Amino acid sequence: MKRNPFPLVVLALVLVFLYLPIVVLTANSFNLSRFGGSWEGFTLKWYGQLLNDNQVWFAFVNSLLIAAGATLASCVLGTTAALSLHRWRSRLQGIHYGLIYTPLVVPEILMGISLLLSFTAVGMDCGLHTILLAHITFCVSYVTMTVLARLQDFDDSLIEAARDLGANAWVSFIRVQFPLLLPGIISGGLLAFTLSIDDFVITFFVAGPGSSTLPLKVYSMIKHSPKLPVINCLSTVMLALTFALVLASRAFQNRRHPKAPNGRKHGAIA
Amino acid sequence: MSAPSVLWLAIFFVIPTLLVAAISFHAAAPDGGIGREWTLETWRHISNPNYPSIICRTLWISAATAACCVVLALPCAFAIARMQKKWRSIMAGLIMLPFWTSFVVRVFAWRLLLHPEGFLKHLLVSAGLAQPGTQLLYNSGAILLVSVYSFLPFAIMPIYAAAEKFDFSLLEAARDLGARSFLAFRRIFIPGIRRGVVSAILMVFIPSVGSYVIPDLVGGTSSELIGNKIYQRTFPDRNLPHASALSALMAIGVLVPLGLVAAFLRRLDRREALRLAEAGGIKQRGGAA
Repeated sequence: MKRNPFPLVVLALVLVFLYLPIVVLTANSFNLSRFGGSWEGFTLKWYGQLLNDNQVWFAFVNSLLIAAGATLASCVLGTTAALSLHRWRSRLQGIHYGLIYTPLVVPEILMGISLLLSFTAVGMDCGLHTILLAHITFCVSYVTMTVLARLQDFDDSLIEAARDLGANAWVSFIRVQFPLLLPGIISGGLLAFTLSIDDFVITFFVAGPGSSTLPLKVYSMIKHSPKLPVINCLSTVMLALTFALVLASRAFQNRRHPKAPNGRKHGAIA
Repeated sequence: MSAPSVLWLAIFFVIPTLLVAAISFHAAAPDGGIGREWTLETWRHISNPNYPSIICRTLWISAATAACCVVLALPCAFAIARMQKKWRSIMAGLIMLPFWTSFVVRVFAWRLLLHPEGFLKHLLVSAGLAQPGTQLLYNSGAILLVSVYSFLPFAIMPIYAAAEKFDFSLLEAARDLGARSFLAFRRIFIPGIRRGVVSAILMVFIPSVGSYVIPDLVGGTSSELIGNKIYQRTFPDRNLPHASALSALMAIGVLVPLGLVAAFLRRLDRREALRLAEAGGIKQRGGAA
């Protein structure tokens, strides 16, 4: 039967729609023209100006520190959450799942303002520490979901085998389950890192005066700076960073459990 | 083992959310803090004639965004679901990739495209589709366009997830029985994946109700949304009770459709269970005979 080409045409147009702004933005960061209406020649001078902007470097270091902290903490919290959600199915775990799931659907601005009000209520000054606390909070859900997906194709009989062979609960976790889960945890961690580096709205609400991250810097440059092409460069750098992180995360997510090829090899030897 | 995450989310998610509701029943203190006594004053202010128009605009832009996204997502999900397995995962990755990039950067990219001296304007003018004086930025249309752009992956993914499980031989059967391909698409495919459609609507509607960056960067002063107002009350005005009341309103705007959809899906589940039970009954009876 002949297939109607219409859906494929729409898909192609949608892909153009999704990537056109990104391509134009990247191209314009190398364009001599200030507004990118037309191509006026290749240049790296905007990147030069970006490199000489101390505030950008300052914001970049802040972003890296916060993302690293948020990734570490949310990996620990997310992995324990996924393990307990996987092992127990009770009403309490139902509530737990709801707690993990809801932050994924709540608009960011609500999370931002509620955290800001809480920090104000307990008299905490806003700054890098409040940004870090907020980022851990929204990253936990993403790490949990990624690790949970990995756990779903985990063979629980491996743990039983380890226990039968005399390993206690802790040893069987460290030696058997954890190594097999590690790709999932790394994949979740990379996503957490990406989300933390790119987050704007929540950060915007809980950042005090003087503590800036890269997205906040881009935003304030859009609002106040006339140097449009330099913003292009910074945006292009951020896009490249994100693409690299997401591709790395996918590579880990798709990595197969090591047990399958090993098993086959042993079988072949036998 | 659930303790760390439950505790963390209770402190940094549940309590702050409840706090927002509580603060909306206080008045603003003159120093920018929160008054001590409980009052309904804030809520009375919220019902002044300024806000309903903003709330209406937020709701219609969000509904229009959801509608556009679903209309675009249906053929995309259909096309991806019919591909070979390898291509499906590549396509799903390509659709999701922009979502992971910084929101501010993507909205900025559109600001650049729509800029009076930007690429799109240039293109439209030279194609004779726009006057040199046409303003592409700073209006509701720009908000709608950029919202569709930003939230389209949220519509494609759930519809695609449902379409992947759809039995495409049903479509062939419908066409064998004489249905034109669009009719088969509308009467067989769409009802078959309605679960995905419903979650797609929700996944687009919720973030657009809460959007702040898009109306702030590509919207004008006459196209403010509720997100802009929350920001304005929080920072320039420093009226935290007002901001809380608006946030509570936004939460209601998000929770009501969420509840409706949950109820709809439960009914769907029950009806399917009933149908399965009936089918089982028929089989049993057939077996007995």
